[in-house]
Amino acid sequence: MRMDSSALLENRQTPHRVHTTTGKIGIFVSAQSSSSSSTPQPTGTAAMPFGNSHNQLKMKFSSEQEYPDLSKHNNHMAKVLTLALYEKLRSKQTPSGFTLDDVIQTGVDNPGHPFIMTVGCVAGDEETYEVFKELLDPVIQDRHGGYKPTDKHKTDLNPNNLKGGDDLDANYVLSTRVRTGRSVRGFCLPPHCSRGERRAVEKLSVEALGALTGDLKGKYYALKNMSEAEQQQLIDDHFLFDKPVSPLLLASGMARDWPDARGIWHNDNKTFLVWVNEEDHLRVISMQKGGNMKEVFTRFCTGLTKIEELFKNKGHSFMWNEHLGYVLTCPSNLGTGLRAGVHVKLPNLSKYRQFEEILKRLRLQKRGTGGVDTAAVGGIFDISNADRLGFSEVELVQMLVDGVKLLIEMEKRLEKGQAVEDLMPAQK
Amino acid sequence: MGSKHRGSDPKDCYLFSHTDRRKSAIMTKNCNNAYKLKFAVEEEYPDLSQHNNHMAKVLTKDIYNKLRSKETPSGFTLDDCIQTGVDNPGHPFIMTVGCVAGDEESYEVFKELFDPIISDRHGGYKPTDKHKTDLNFENLKGGDDLDPNYVLSSRVRTGRSIKGFTLPPTNSRGERRAVEKLSIEALNSLDGEFKGKYYPLKDMTDKEQEQLIADHFLFDKPVSPLLLAAGMARDWPDARGIWHNDNKTFLVWVNEEDHLRVISMQKGGNMKEVFKRFCVGLQKIEDVFKKHNHGFMWNEHLGFVLTCPSNLGTGLRGGVHVKLPKLSTHAKFEEILTRLRLQKRGTGGVDTASVGGVFDISNADRLGSSEVQQVQLVVDGVKLMVEMEKKLEKGESIDAMIPAQK
Repeated sequence: MRMDSSALLENRQTPHRVHTTTGKIGIFVSAQSSSSSSTPQPTGTAAMPFGNSHNQLKMKFSSEQEYPDLSKHNNHMAKVLTLALYEKLRSKQTPSGFTLDDVIQTGVDNPGHPFIMTVGCVAGDEETYEVFKELLDPVIQDRHGGYKPTDKHKTDLNPNNLKGGDDLDANYVLSTRVRTGRSVRGFCLPPHCSRGERRAVEKLSVEALGALTGDLKGKYYALKNMSEAEQQQLIDDHFLFDKPVSPLLLASGMARDWPDARGIWHNDNKTFLVWVNEEDHLRVISMQKGGNMKEVFTRFCTGLTKIEELFKNKGHSFMWNEHLGYVLTCPSNLGTGLRAGVHVKLPNLSKYRQFEEILKRLRLQKRGTGGVDTAAVGGIFDISNADRLGFSEVELVQMLVDGVKLLIEMEKRLEKGQAVEDLMPAQK
Repeated sequence: MGSKHRGSDPKDCYLFSHTDRRKSAIMTKNCNNAYKLKFAVEEEYPDLSQHNNHMAKVLTKDIYNKLRSKETPSGFTLDDCIQTGVDNPGHPFIMTVGCVAGDEESYEVFKELFDPIISDRHGGYKPTDKHKTDLNFENLKGGDDLDPNYVLSSRVRTGRSIKGFTLPPTNSRGERRAVEKLSIEALNSLDGEFKGKYYPLKDMTDKEQEQLIADHFLFDKPVSPLLLAAGMARDWPDARGIWHNDNKTFLVWVNEEDHLRVISMQKGGNMKEVFKRFCVGLQKIEDVFKKHNHGFMWNEHLGFVLTCPSNLGTGLRGGVHVKLPKLSTHAKFEEILTRLRLQKRGTGGVDTASVGGVFDISNADRLGSSEVQQVQLVVDGVKLMVEMEKKLEKGESIDAMIPAQK
């Protein structure tokens, strides 16, 4: 059961949608009326009391004067933004006051890397993706394999729809993990949220997680109250997240007020973990040793569904719409926000000349076991789905399961000195 | 609001764009700030329990409650002022300020926060006190004969903010570029010993960069979390640059931590010459800015208005690199410095250690005394300390020379 646009309205807390002249909340993302880039623009009279005075001040400078110098830049935002587009969008803001400059600041401050294509823009709230469509749609299209503004995204969190996945060879697959993010509707996102909002998200999260039972029963560790012993244990479990140091995150304002209202929750079994108020409101992770992705994914779906239910009981759902799926801070995580992966031993296959091509065709990506931007150690790779948007959760995990199964088969062949050409997959 | 150019008195800077901003502010509010008001004070109030900075010592829920709904005409809010202090709890031994101004009006709109901080930081300076500006180098007595066997180099620096623009924590690219443009024009008009060249950070060649590093002129993108949290590194290196004269004795940083940082320096101990160049250069620059209806931010209570409250008043740090290997190990070294109203740093700048007994000695005060007074303290104080050093070299006592509290 997914939200339609009327549900977007009813689930939003109304107090902050204070007086508009029309008395109606007319600023939401609606997949049906995607043509509207409606914001309550101050029409220059006292009738509309809200505006963004800082943004207004900047308007006295021409677009040329304000336009960022992107000559050294290589990120999605820099590829898409033009002076004309800047001029069109610079006077707008979302209802919470997030502006174009806020969206792009991280991309202006971080020119990028010649080989890694960063996104270079973030959302400050749910409405960002609507108000600044003309910038974000092409960025999304570029980043998510041609996803069009009219495309619909399918959500499927029914683990029964996953075929197999319980028999990946544990001699090769060392561990299995699925993660995603969730944003709580009614609050601004990490680049823009206030302390009050962040604490409210934490409070709701702690309540929702505290109501989990059985296999999911666990405990919350607030970053700011953590004891030395707790901290050490969380580090040993590889659960602890630290204050962001990446300039990409710092430049977008996500480390403000650290460590206020940030924390880690995990179940007693240490197989289900939630990060609160890091790069997204929630990051949800299901993991365990070995290769039973079915179990990991089942726990993931069950846990997520339960958490979502608990939030809804409190009048807060997750940000979602039928075009973008789950709405998250970084456009790269839209759709499912899902990265499902394994740590797998592929010492022979990783040296095979067509390794990269195979991954590409399977719609998978490799990373080192330290995470994004690390190198592989001892022939062990982190293999995960490359896509986020335009495929459902089940579809992505299925691709991962089928793909890893094939990779292991190929590895075994190469171990025995046998050929693997006949196993080369077609492009998925 | 007419623009009247009435000469070199810094009080005669005028307000035309300030008025513009006020006018447009009637129609709009900072809607993000309005949005946050739906949360109670308790919900928004920062957790300062681990904090040790001036802001954390002063801020209370009451003050927060009182000021949170306000904003300056450019939209700068209380949360904007204090963000750097919230994000940087401080150090048990170093007392940081923990707040910044986003524009000239910040000091007025958020007086209830800034006044106690200013008082704390600037030796009890009261909200009713008046600050005296004196950039007449002829009022400095002596200062041309510090012993170059001990005094290796002399330097005076200050900052200036350009009226009509917001400050580095919040300024836009358009504003920053306008400040740069005005600065280049002002600096290029300088002649004689001031004739020089501007090096924008973003167009610098490798060769120019190496030379500026070798000259110890180059400033880099801020890495200090204090500055980053206050938003001063946004859009780096756009509209940032370094200007210096051909003689390499007068240097201006554009759009780093303040709109302008102005530095006069040379080897040896002739502080009189350094200070003269400083005053003359500053005056010439100010004249050009005033011609464009953008003088320096100044008022008779706070003196020169800068981004960090610690730099209000003169914004001046006048100092020398001086060899004091014996005096620095004397039991009363710290006490002597305190009484002379001086402070010591390592030769790498703030927070560095001294190397080889060579110290950076400079005035401790910024607000409540004039430029001439502060440089006089440095000149007189360093002269005394060099004499003390010489005595200690000869194995003699310096007890009779210990100064009274200035």
